[in-house]
Amino acid sequence: MILGAPPLNPPAPLAVVEHVAALPAWVLLAYLASGVLFILALRGLSSPATSQRGNRQGMAGMGIAVVTTLLTQAPIPPGALLPEPTSQDLRVLFQILAAIALGGTIGIVTARRIAMTAMPQLVAAFHSLVGLAAVLVGWAAYLNPEAFGILAADGTIDPVSRVEMGLGIAIGAITFSGSVIAFLKLAGKMSGAPIMLPGRHVINLGTLAAILGLTAWFTQDEALWVIATLTALAFLIGFLLIIPIGGADMPVVVSMLNSYSGWAAAAMGFTLHNTAMIITGALVGSSGAILSYIMCRAMNRSFISVIAGGFGAEAGAIADGTKTDRPWKRGSAEDAAFLLEQAESVIIVPGYGMAVAQAQHVLREMGDQLKKQGVSVKYAIHPVAGRMPGHMNVLLAEANVPYDEVFELEDINSEFSQADIAFIIGANDVVNPAAKTDKSSPIYGMPVFDVGNAKTVMFIKRSMGGVGYAGVDNDVFYMDQTMMLLGDAKKMVEEIVKSLGH
Amino acid sequence: MDFISILSIFVLACFVGYYVVWSVTPALHTPLMAVTNAISSVIIVGALVAAAAKGSFEATWLGLIGVVLASVNIFGGFAVTARMLAMYKKKER
Repeated sequence: MILGAPPLNPPAPLAVVEHVAALPAWVLLAYLASGVLFILALRGLSSPATSQRGNRQGMAGMGIAVVTTLLTQAPIPPGALLPEPTSQDLRVLFQILAAIALGGTIGIVTARRIAMTAMPQLVAAFHSLVGLAAVLVGWAAYLNPEAFGILAADGTIDPVSRVEMGLGIAIGAITFSGSVIAFLKLAGKMSGAPIMLPGRHVINLGTLAAILGLTAWFTQDEALWVIATLTALAFLIGFLLIIPIGGADMPVVVSMLNSYSGWAAAAMGFTLHNTAMIITGALVGSSGAILSYIMCRAMNRSFISVIAGGFGAEAGAIADGTKTDRPWKRGSAEDAAFLLEQAESVIIVPGYGMAVAQAQHVLREMGDQLKKQGVSVKYAIHPVAGRMPGHMNVLLAEANVPYDEVFELEDINSEFSQADIAFIIGANDVVNPAAKTDKSSPIYGMPVFDVGNAKTVMFIKRSMGGVGYAGVDNDVFYMDQTMMLLGDAKKMVEEIVKSLGH
Repeated sequence: MDFISILSIFVLACFVGYYVVWSVTPALHTPLMAVTNAISSVIIVGALVAAAAKGSFEATWLGLIGVVLASVNIFGGFAVTARMLAMYKKKER
């Protein structure tokens, strides 16, 4: 139990940690074990073959952390001989178990029902919950510091803990409100267009400075208004930071919020002196940061420019000026089927438009048919092909595409020159050569597939009018070897599959 | 454990995280996000402390709400990760 007599010894200069010393060694070891299991859980994801074991190790780590906490914190002290819990103790235990059961049920039902296309918004929603939980834990620690063992000798909250608490609440609140906006944008409940407030950089930097100032102030004065204002400002800045960011940059935002949720957990781990929380926070924080970096690199955007926001807005204006009347060739499903059957190797480049049209299953059927006829079929995935990192891989896996037929950009890009057909479905910007040649293009510098090196390019597109997410014209449409297949992606592939039979 | 020991664990864990995450195959980045989401809900430890402690009615209820939110994430996060990972299959040969 961490409740007890006030500390007898004067506190250490940097932190008051009597309660940790009071915890038996097995508790500390259990939290360490759970931290190690979390590391193994991520390690398992290095290959699909080991990933499921990794996930189970993660569950075990979480189980250990929760049970250990319940055993040490629950009203029934494990060390006591013949514990005689009072009715109030039992009520508290019941409340906790009911809370876990309620949350667990909601979680499992949601996880079962969610469509794989809706994964980005689900992850954003989950991030918001971690953020809010961090805020609540921070506030609970503020209201009941004794329970968290963060009281200094003079009965006030230890100053170091106040900084950790303030940062934890601030990061948690930013994660919460930012994730809510990201969720609304990804779920289409709010326009994906960036919302630009005048002078937003000044407002944002000012609010951030105010939050840091209040955290510093909090070490001197633990008044309620300080922490309340800090919380309110942090909720506000989370909201302000995400509304100017356009839909195309959401993969970065989701990764970034992933990172924040980790740092929030780490800050709370500092407050609680809990190794499982600190290790987890560091893992999740690094994970989100690395994914943000990968996404930024895949779009050739700097992290700062993504955070500054406003991407989709400017691109729209450019698109209007570049309408051209260059000649292009249209093909039919029968033509496409004939060429596909004659080919030796086909590389399919799917984009998010394929998932929107729900064409992944029929696309896999087409792949199966071709493989039966001896055609080599591979899938080429751009890092930003989906709406979050790795999203397209999940969508293809759901359609039963074997993962060893799916390749990443840098692994397959050189193979287009040997491929007979590059089959582009629902993608546009990721195959646009302007990214390599046109310095004025908004996507200049973005790594793209060299589909032009293939002998034939088939491009499924709804119409010639629309342009990609970045709003730029694509030279691939007008190449000699390109056959435009205009129509709904799903219907077009269905027709190709039908024609393949003959 | 003093502040420096905790900070040491944190800094070393950041390095572990850095190398472990780079070794994750890009094909599994979505499950990575889902599972990191689930494990970051280890913050439930703090919520449990608050919910179990006596002395502050408000803190207890904040803790209980925190337990609900974190549980949604833990069960939902691990379940959705398991669901995704089960879909990744190798080519039949």
